[in-house]
Amino acid sequence: MIEIKGLAKSYGERRVLKNVDLSVQAGEFLVVLGPSGAGKSTLLRCVNGLIPLDRGEIVIDGRTVRTAELGRREARRPTAMIFQHHNLVKRLSVLKNVLVGRMPGMSSLLALLQIFPAADVEQAMACLRRVELEHKAQVRGDQISGGEQQRVGIARALAQEPAVILADEPVASLDPKTARTVLGYLKRICKDTGIAVICNLHQVDYAVEFGERIVGLSDGAVVFDGAPERLSAEIVHRIYPGLEDPGIARVLRFQGGRQGAADIALAARA
Amino acid sequence: MSMTRHTFLMNPPRGRLGWGTTWLWGIGAAIFLAWSAEGAQISLHNLASGIPYMWDFLTRMLPPNWAFIERLWGPALESLQVAVWGTILGVALALPVCFFAARNLSPHPVVFQAMRQILNAMRGINEIILALIFVAAIGLGPFAGVLALAVHGAGMLGKFFAEAIEDIDEGPLEAFRSAGVGRFKMILFGVLPQVLPAWLGTIFYRLETNVRQATVLGMVGAGGIGFELVSSMKLFKYQDTAMCILVILALVLLADLFSSRVRAMIR
Repeated sequence: MIEIKGLAKSYGERRVLKNVDLSVQAGEFLVVLGPSGAGKSTLLRCVNGLIPLDRGEIVIDGRTVRTAELGRREARRPTAMIFQHHNLVKRLSVLKNVLVGRMPGMSSLLALLQIFPAADVEQAMACLRRVELEHKAQVRGDQISGGEQQRVGIARALAQEPAVILADEPVASLDPKTARTVLGYLKRICKDTGIAVICNLHQVDYAVEFGERIVGLSDGAVVFDGAPERLSAEIVHRIYPGLEDPGIARVLRFQGGRQGAADIALAARA
Repeated sequence: MSMTRHTFLMNPPRGRLGWGTTWLWGIGAAIFLAWSAEGAQISLHNLASGIPYMWDFLTRMLPPNWAFIERLWGPALESLQVAVWGTILGVALALPVCFFAARNLSPHPVVFQAMRQILNAMRGINEIILALIFVAAIGLGPFAGVLALAVHGAGMLGKFFAEAIEDIDEGPLEAFRSAGVGRFKMILFGVLPQVLPAWLGTIFYRLETNVRQATVLGMVGAGGIGFELVSSMKLFKYQDTAMCILVILALVLLADLFSSRVRAMIR
C-alpha cells in the first residue's frame, strides 16, 4: 500500500499542492482527474522524488521512503514514472530504453562497453513481452509509432520493479484508439502484477472507463475520492470549475446520469 | 509597363526618436567606417600602383616548378598527420570539459561560467601564436604544431560540444532521474546518443580547419608544408612557391570535400 500523507508543495507564492492525503492499494488502478494546473503532475513528481516536497511523507508498504528532507536517488526505485511525451531516447534501441529501468546498480564500466547483466536483459525482454513489443527490441526508439513508444515507456517503468507506477497524462498526445490500447496495457499490467497505478488523466470518459477509483484534484486539493459510479456531473463541475459542457453526464456511470456506460459503448460502436 | 502606385511599408523603430534613431545609427556607423578606413590606410591609389608589381610577382611564379613536388610530398603528408592528431588531442581535451560547460548539465552556474571562460581563452589565442609558444617550449617540429592545434581546437570543440548538449531534449533525462539512474550512465545513454551526430559534424569540421591551419604552421617552425613555402620565398624561388601553393590548395580542397561528405552522411 502506498500512502501519501500531508503532501504540500509551493513554487514561490503559489501553493500547488495543499496538504494532499491519498492512498492506493497494491493492484489498484487509481485515476487522478483534474484540469491543467491543478497540481496533478507536481503530485506524481513529488511522490517519485523528481521534485522535492515541502512537507509530508510518502510511505510504501509501511516503510517511509520520502519525507520533506529526503530525495535520495535510490529512494526512487519503488516509484516508476510514465510521461506524457514518453521520454524515450530516440536514437537508442527499444531494448536499451527499457534497460534504463534496470540501470541503477549496474556497473558503469561495463555499461560503457555496452555490456549488460544477462538477467537484466532477460527481464527487460519480459517487460517488452508484456506490452507485446518483443519483436521491436532492436528497433530504434524513433522508428516506432507514438502508441508503441508509450508502450515502451510502460515496459521501462515495469522493468524498474516498482511498487507503484506513476503515469503522468500517458495518453494526452495519442489518438483515441491508441490511447485506449495503451491504457488497456497499463491496466492489465496493474491487475496481473499487483503493481499499483496512479494515472493522471484529464479526459473524464477514460477516467470513468479505466479507473477503479477516481481522485478529483482541483486547485491543489482533493475534492473527490471515490468509485467512478459515484462521480456525478455536479462533482465533475467541482473538479473543473467553470466547465460548460451540459453533455458531460453522458460519459458518467453515476446513477443519476441520463445514460449508462453500456449505452455509451453502443454509441461508440455505431 | 503600366504605372502602378507603390506604398512605403516599414514600421519606424520603436522608441521616442522614431526614424531619428535610424539616422543616428547610420551617421555613427559612417563615422566608424571612415575612422577604420583611415587606420587601415585603405587607398585605391596604392592598390592601382601596386598592380604592376603583383603582375611581376605572378609572372615569376609561372610556370610552377612541377619537379619540386618530389620535395613536397613529405611535408604535405606531415601537415595532414599534424592536423589529424591535433584534432584527436583537441577532442580528448574538450570531452571532459564540455559537460561542465553545458548550462543544463553543469553542477553549478559558477562552474559553467568558469569552464566557458577557460574554453574562450583557449579559443582566443591564434594557432600561430600558440605554435610559437610550443616551439619555444618543446623545440622545432611538428609536435609543437599538434599541440597548438589541440589547444585552440579544444576551445572551439568544447564550446560546440557544450552547445549541442544544451540543445538536447531533456525529457529522456527526466526518465533517467525518475528511475534513479546515476549521472555517468545518464550521460552515456541519455545525452551521448542525442549529441553524437552534432558532435561528429563538429569534429570533421574541425579536422578540415586543422588541415588548413597545419599548412601554415611550418612558417613558425611547427612542421608541415608551410616551412617549404616560406623558405622558397626567402630564396626568391617563386616557381617553387607556386608549387607549394598548389599543393596546399589541393590539400585544403580535399579536406573540405572529405569533411562535407562525412557530415552529409551523418545527417
